Amino acid sequence: MENNLVLSMRGISMTFPGVKALDNVDFNLKKGEIRALMGENGAGKSTLIKCLTGVNKFEAGEIHVDGIEGPIVNKDTMDAQKKGIATVYQEVNLCPNLSVAENLFIGREPMTKIGTVDRKTMNKKAAGLMKELELDIDVTQNLEEYSLALQQMIAIARAVDMKSKVLILDEPTSSLDDREVEMLFKMMINLKNQGVGIIFVTHFLEQVYAVCDGITVLRNGTLVGEYTVEELPRVKLVAAMMGKDFDDLASIKPESSGDLTHAPLEIEAKGLSHSGTIKPFDLNIHKGEVVGLTGLLGSGRSELARVIYGADKAQTGTIKVDGKEVKIHTPIDAMNVGMGLLPDDRKAEGIVGDLSVRENIILAMQAKLGIFKRIPMQKQIEIADKYIEMLSIKTASRETLIKQLSGGNQQKVILARWLATNPDFLILDEPTRGIDVGTKTEIQKLVIKLAGEGKSLIFISSEIEEMLRTCNRMAVLRDGEKVGELSAEEMSQEGVMKAIAGGGEAHE
Amino acid sequence: MKKSKINSNTLLLIITIVLFVVMYGAGCAVYSNKGFTHLQTLLNIFITNAGLICVAAGMTCVMLTGGIDISVGSCVAMYCMFLAVGMQAKEDGGWGMSSPVLMLLVLIIGIVFGSVQGYLIAYLDIQPFIVSMAGLFFGRGMTAVISNQQVDIQEPLFKAISQLRIYMPFGIGAYVNKKGKLMVPYISVGVVVALLVVVVIYLMLKYTKFGRSIYAIGGNQQSATLMGLNVKKVKFMTYILSGFLTAIGGICFCLNTMNGNTQQAIGLEMDAISSAVIGGTLLTGGVGNVIGTLFGVMINGTISSLVKTNGKLDSSWPNVITAILLCFFILLQAVFAKMKEAKK
Repeated sequence: MENNLVLSMRGISMTFPGVKALDNVDFNLKKGEIRALMGENGAGKSTLIKCLTGVNKFEAGEIHVDGIEGPIVNKDTMDAQKKGIATVYQEVNLCPNLSVAENLFIGREPMTKIGTVDRKTMNKKAAGLMKELELDIDVTQNLEEYSLALQQMIAIARAVDMKSKVLILDEPTSSLDDREVEMLFKMMINLKNQGVGIIFVTHFLEQVYAVCDGITVLRNGTLVGEYTVEELPRVKLVAAMMGKDFDDLASIKPESSGDLTHAPLEIEAKGLSHSGTIKPFDLNIHKGEVVGLTGLLGSGRSELARVIYGADKAQTGTIKVDGKEVKIHTPIDAMNVGMGLLPDDRKAEGIVGDLSVRENIILAMQAKLGIFKRIPMQKQIEIADKYIEMLSIKTASRETLIKQLSGGNQQKVILARWLATNPDFLILDEPTRGIDVGTKTEIQKLVIKLAGEGKSLIFISSEIEEMLRTCNRMAVLRDGEKVGELSAEEMSQEGVMKAIAGGGEAHE
Repeated sequence: MKKSKINSNTLLLIITIVLFVVMYGAGCAVYSNKGFTHLQTLLNIFITNAGLICVAAGMTCVMLTGGIDISVGSCVAMYCMFLAVGMQAKEDGGWGMSSPVLMLLVLIIGIVFGSVQGYLIAYLDIQPFIVSMAGLFFGRGMTAVISNQQVDIQEPLFKAISQLRIYMPFGIGAYVNKKGKLMVPYISVGVVVALLVVVVIYLMLKYTKFGRSIYAIGGNQQSATLMGLNVKKVKFMTYILSGFLTAIGGICFCLNTMNGNTQQAIGLEMDAISSAVIGGTLLTGGVGNVIGTLFGVMINGTISSLVKTNGKLDSSWPNVITAILLCFFILLQAVFAKMKEAKK
């Protein structure tokens, strides 16, 4: 193949019902190259990978692999593996109850003459492989005896030993700590020097610049471009992923009331953290203030909110609500001090599909009261009607099952649920995702109105414009760490993007 | 990284074995005057439970894949009835067949039964519990359809096999009984078969591709698929194996009881499951081995034997004690699992 390419995908297109998931996408990988595949959620990264490994069937385009004549189509992951394309996923796909050696060789074990598994040879070969990759592992131990990072590396070792030419690492670092990431990088560079082409999918910008040679960016199922690392500094990468041309960003005037940092404090978090998801952070939120959390997906936005709310128990640090120190171990504790959380995955964490709109609205109130204090029906009806009107929830009646409502209206019902508990502090995690523009504006207005009534809010959104319109202040997150804050004056599309991208020029 | 020489699964097995030794030792100390110390008492536990050992070995394989087979008890009853009525003379309402032919037929039925269940579970992805529950009703129902009376076996060859005593070599454990007669301990043909089954299954699980695939599937089915194992086929084969071992167990069971009746082997499936669990097999699959199961059966057998030797305790006590042991072992497994998690 030309230019030392080990993999070349040309004009790949594929549709899911109603959505064009990939539109004429090219992807090229050289021998001994580590190439990052970047893009926000829904950009088509996983779909492209799945087309390559045979999980999805693509409709148009060609895939060429070095050493194989003509275009290839993989039937399934096994087929892809036979052609030298191996994938290591975020979660380790090995068997914890088998020994390391068995995990490396299962399905292709060395056999003795009488047809039994030759454990001696297998262990010897496995030990040799570990040594080659400079891993200090006793191959006769069960896999579960080793840390997740080592398991991850064993998974890679298995993939590599199948003589792969292309190794796909799908977010391998998301559950690893810094030291473990270092180990993984060492191994990746080791493999790269042996001529393996590596596709590295990650959300962590730091890691891209630490280990990659090239970057391919996707957005909304189309190819934005293929770059070398030098060509694409952080800010430009973020701009490419988010689809804003960096040079002509029009600044959007915030509608919110500006600087509120002199108002009394509602929430005062100091050194809160949860290992593996968010590093220790401080965050103050004043009364009547909307604080936005910004950062790329996976940067720790939701995780920060979850720690404050007690959905993930904080392992370090203290939190003061209204000047008083409180202990928040569970969401009920948080509710009792006047907090509410609108989770980002409303299907999984928010709505109870088979209950009516009314029942969904009073759910949080009921939980706060405890199950033995029933709210009188008359009052339930009153509350439900009040919020259905206030948020203009479009429903046939208050007794309609919530699953029959549209996404936007479901979202409003959940919002109503929290408003009904009359919280002083409300966390909204992606409250406008997947709903139409009109409802989006309504929700944004409601956020500003609530703040006007003296409530404090955390607002999380992937859309920067929306954040600029509603927030008084922003906290910037990167790679599971709060890296800075933007005051009202500093808030502009450009400023936010620079801060998200980081790397020297941001407000550290 | 700290490495322990003994992992928690081995530790569970050791605890099971130690528990058996302690329990049996205590029995010897307390009931030495009632003959509990004689080797024959221990061998009798084997003789009584030979059928269960075979069935439990099959159950262990199924449980290792993460499945379950609750049809085995009623299958054993069905096979016993099949053998009994089959051997009964024609003039007495039986089929007048010879025992070797019948035993062969039972083994074939076992394989067919296992493959039907295995097909439904492995290829049609139906819950093993539901499939084998259907098997349970079928087996129990068929037993009564064949005959709803107790049918005793008189066939000479089968009787001879049943009564064949295989004495301990060199008269190990021989003693003189109260009447002054020399007793040499013995085992039955069923015990030989059961021990052979245990050894074969142990080696199969440890050293063959099929055996290792069983563990892989139980450890993580999705991973096993991604690593290129034919998960469906392995599961299918495992249920066939269980069906076959249940048939062998049924024959051993029949050699011991020498009759067929509708109330036979009720709850045997639960004995098999509890033996496997006490022996360190996880219901979630992937962990355990047949040696543990053998000791599980022996622990249950020892409890029954102790209660019987005592003579005053109600015969339901073994159930209560088994329940306590089960809780204890499940608790241990949970504690080990938690410890593993904490280590990470």
